[in-house]
Amino acid sequence: MDLTTILSPIAPLVLLMPFLMFLFLGLLGYKMSGKVAGIFGTAGFTVVAAICYYIAGKYFLGGGYDAASGSFQQFTLFNMDWLQMSTAHPGLFIRIGFLLDPISAMMLVVISTVSLMVHLYSFGYMFEDGKYDEGMQRYYCVLSLFSFAMLGLVIATNIFQMYIFWELVGVSSFLLIGYYYKRPAAVSACKKAFIVTRFADMFFLIGILIVSYYTKAFDFDSLIGTGANVGNGLIHTKMAGLTFMGCSVTSIAMLFIFLGGAGKSAMFPFHIWLPDAMEGPTPSSALIHAATMVVAGVYLVARLFPVYSMDAPDVLTFIAYLGAFTSLFAAVIACAQTDIKRVLAFSTISQIAYMMVALGVARYGADQLGFTASMWHLFTHAMFKALLFLCAGAIIHCIGSNEMGKMGGLHKYQPITHITFLIACLAISGIPPFSGFFSKDEILAAAFESNKLIWFCETFVAGLTAFYMFRLYYHIFWYEDPDYGEHKPHDAHWTMTVPLIVLAAYTCICGFFPFGHLVTASHTFIEIHTEPLIAGISICTAILGIAIATILYRKKNSIPDAIIAKSKLFCNAAYHRFYIDECWYFITRRIIFGILCAFIAWFDRHIIDGFMNLLGWITNKSSLETREIQSGNVQEYVWVFIMGVITIAALALYL
Amino acid sequence: MIPVEFYVVLSTLLFFIGVYGFIARKNLIGMLMAIELVLNAVNINFVAFNRYLFPGQLEGYLYSLFVIVVAAAETAVAIAIIINVYRKMGNETVDSIKELKN
Repeated sequence: MDLTTILSPIAPLVLLMPFLMFLFLGLLGYKMSGKVAGIFGTAGFTVVAAICYYIAGKYFLGGGYDAASGSFQQFTLFNMDWLQMSTAHPGLFIRIGFLLDPISAMMLVVISTVSLMVHLYSFGYMFEDGKYDEGMQRYYCVLSLFSFAMLGLVIATNIFQMYIFWELVGVSSFLLIGYYYKRPAAVSACKKAFIVTRFADMFFLIGILIVSYYTKAFDFDSLIGTGANVGNGLIHTKMAGLTFMGCSVTSIAMLFIFLGGAGKSAMFPFHIWLPDAMEGPTPSSALIHAATMVVAGVYLVARLFPVYSMDAPDVLTFIAYLGAFTSLFAAVIACAQTDIKRVLAFSTISQIAYMMVALGVARYGADQLGFTASMWHLFTHAMFKALLFLCAGAIIHCIGSNEMGKMGGLHKYQPITHITFLIACLAISGIPPFSGFFSKDEILAAAFESNKLIWFCETFVAGLTAFYMFRLYYHIFWYEDPDYGEHKPHDAHWTMTVPLIVLAAYTCICGFFPFGHLVTASHTFIEIHTEPLIAGISICTAILGIAIATILYRKKNSIPDAIIAKSKLFCNAAYHRFYIDECWYFITRRIIFGILCAFIAWFDRHIIDGFMNLLGWITNKSSLETREIQSGNVQEYVWVFIMGVITIAALALYL
Repeated sequence: MIPVEFYVVLSTLLFFIGVYGFIARKNLIGMLMAIELVLNAVNINFVAFNRYLFPGQLEGYLYSLFVIVVAAAETAVAIAIIINVYRKMGNETVDSIKELKN
């Protein structure tokens, strides 16, 4: 039976269930206890996850593959009309639909797995001092909103649907970062995240407008082209050869769209919001700021990959270089941070930049290994980075602090957290047989094929990654015990440890998935094999990084301090994230607010406000002057009334 | 027969005396009496014109009876109000009723 007919009846539930749960918890959540709200949220999402797994399983294992053409088919499970922009151009129709192809099916698995784990984990995390957090209903409500938005984003059939859900994702991220709204740091962090990503989204919108202006279409099928026509869609036919100020219009539009993605995916220089976003509850950081939302930019580029590859290869090269720079930059900063969530945040930036690099070096057709590598790394990274964050949450939950200095020797007290954290560290460092090795190796292989400089840079970053992850690992689990006092730390509640074990299992096995046969740019099979030379070099680099970290941080010693003392300037700069935040503050506060906005503020205050004040003053004055008429003396009124009647009668008689 | 102009002149005089009384008197009871004068002027007009224009019909007379009934009811209500005003204010001039204002 055709896959569309099987899946169409249940497909809308993927969007409907989380949305209804959001409404239900948002409107009625205050009537129930936090625990009940959590149970509702988790149960609801379990159903969604089951549906997502069913759809993805049906697609990859059964009906998706078409043996005749040797490639995965693309299905539109439903496509509802929502808003018509223009009757003259039927293509400009915003629809809400469900596009099922390899990358969206893979994303369904990623989102549903991590989100379900986070739903479950939050139960334990929000339980503290014998009671549930008072905002728990709100938390689960926003979590449902986020799941709804993220699922809607990945299954978008048209670029405008993607944009709508893109913004919804931004809103729910804002709400979750600002969850502890009584903390000033959380409030400023959520504003920062929202403003920075919103600023980048403006470019995305401009890109969409440019593209739709020329092509008069929104949907991916006609923009990109389908089947044998991929890359030959409306962008190619309508926009080829157009130039603006010497640049190709397609390149400009695609660059703008990428900048929107760069904002969500925290590429330099838009990365500044992600470290601050760690003010939110740790489970939501794991879901949003590590596994799903931040890869939306990668997903966007992957979705439009044929266009990038054929009509704007220069943008793709730019993405590769920007990604390489960002990955190096973030990895260096991660080495100097002391807040464990900040280390993980910079590591996330660095790893997402890896995925961008992989997309940047890939080309549609023969060199599409990078695309598969990028999607694979997205998958494995989502699992092990969510695991790292959830472990960090378990540690923070029992220590009560984010600072490395307050931790140490935890391997004795938290064995489950210790083992799962170690697995994730080995995975992100690229040690076989854990999943990170395989995906990272493919990225390095793709980079090696296309650009030796980027390959070298990424290999170096792989070493740095191993170093800072094991620095973190040793600082938390070995090093030296701080004074824990009466209450020794211990492993968390089962609701928190079960997700850790599940994600650790994923981290162990998902390196063996045949990704080359599942997710490729052209939807056909490609052969993936581990290049001994490249793999050997990357493993050696990773082991070197781990070895250095072992020497420096296995036990407390004086070498790290000596190194810091020798390169004080550099270490300080890295600790302060190379002062990029300050640069942004300088640009926004001094230049934009201080100089450009000064004139606008003057105009607003004196001309606009002045005019309004004048109107108010006139009304006030005139009413003061005329209020004497309203005396309240009934005899005066009668006098006026009679005179009026007589006047009207006289006029009626003599005119 | 007395010409109709006589009645009209009488009712006009009565009407304006009433209006003058309503405007000039400060005493609430005096104002009430002035209103009665105005109503009576109207009654005279009704009766006179009914007789002059449609002799043999009764609508004008009936209307004047209506007016008298309504005027009586109105007076009863007004007197009740005036008594309350007097109890509250200690006098019964129109200027003393300032409570509803402000």
